[in-house]
Amino acid sequence: MTGVVTAVLFAMLAITGIAVTRMRDLFAAVMLAGIYSLVSAGLFVVMDAVDVAFTEAAVGAGISTVLMLGALALVGHKEAEPKRRPVLPLFVVVLTGGILVYGTSQIPPFGAPDNPAHLHVAPYYLEESDHDMGHIPNVVTSVLASYRGYDTMGETAVIFTAMVGVLLLLARGPLPRRVFHQGEWITVRPGTTREELEATLHEGDTEEAHDG
Amino acid sequence: MDDRVILRVGAKILIPFILIFALYVQFHGDYGPGGGFQAGVIFAAAFVLYALIYGLGNVVRVLPPKAAYVCGALGVSIFVGVGFVTMALGGGFLDYGVLAHDPAHGQHYGILGVELGVLITVFGVMVALFYAFAGRRRIEP
Repeated sequence: MTGVVTAVLFAMLAITGIAVTRMRDLFAAVMLAGIYSLVSAGLFVVMDAVDVAFTEAAVGAGISTVLMLGALALVGHKEAEPKRRPVLPLFVVVLTGGILVYGTSQIPPFGAPDNPAHLHVAPYYLEESDHDMGHIPNVVTSVLASYRGYDTMGETAVIFTAMVGVLLLLARGPLPRRVFHQGEWITVRPGTTREELEATLHEGDTEEAHDG
Repeated sequence: MDDRVILRVGAKILIPFILIFALYVQFHGDYGPGGGFQAGVIFAAAFVLYALIYGLGNVVRVLPPKAAYVCGALGVSIFVGVGFVTMALGGGFLDYGVLAHDPAHGQHYGILGVELGVLITVFGVMVALFYAFAGRRRIEP
């Protein structure tokens, strides 16, 4: 039964992926990308990775779709027609995909108890978590927050760093104290809003045009 | 979106439940799937939904961008702070066992603390990213 569900979900994933590449309307492509994330989340549930599914559904299907829509509001939702037939990119993609599929033939079977991942520290976590953590039934939490606390601290710091990076690139900080415009420095009075400043600068532009 | 009554009313009904569900995911993380990351994203999603339906201006009055930035930094500080507290109490960095008389209880408190830090950071960062994207206007070519 699980096999059937997995097969159906994978088929939906493939169809959505192909549909995204064939879309010329970026709005529809973003929506399909959200659906792709949602189907992946379903796939993670089938694989018993409920925590990952949770994150994928909330981040992938929810917030990143909204962020993509925000980007579309700025750049428009029509994709430009490609100038040439993408032969080389197609070749690279097919080659990379082929190598990845070849690579999976070496991966140990999914969920087998003698996989290397299940023989290293995992048995200790599973057996000792109850004793060490005082009856926290969700071993994922005890691994994430306690056994691997350093890693989680690093991840939190990475998220914080991502925010700093995006804010440096995108956020509108406070107005500068003076602006260099058409060869002269204009002092910005405290309390001026950005719109007022832009209007003042634009006024200068039109006057210049009239003079010329 | 002033005329879309169903969206406005539906969102108003849904948002409190989304917030409560985020807190459930946070504090039930010891027993079921979930934890700080998921709870933070769901909490932020409630604010994003509010902004989508009622406009950015209204949500900024509830949570100014500066507050979101402070949340992003505060969560990391809480996480690292828990580490320093355990050091001050004579344990290693992030060694929660020393937080209570019984090491298992200490682990409980420690996990609760760092998960709270993760929640606050993820929430702040997600809202800040949304503000950064949604606050920009289209530049006419």
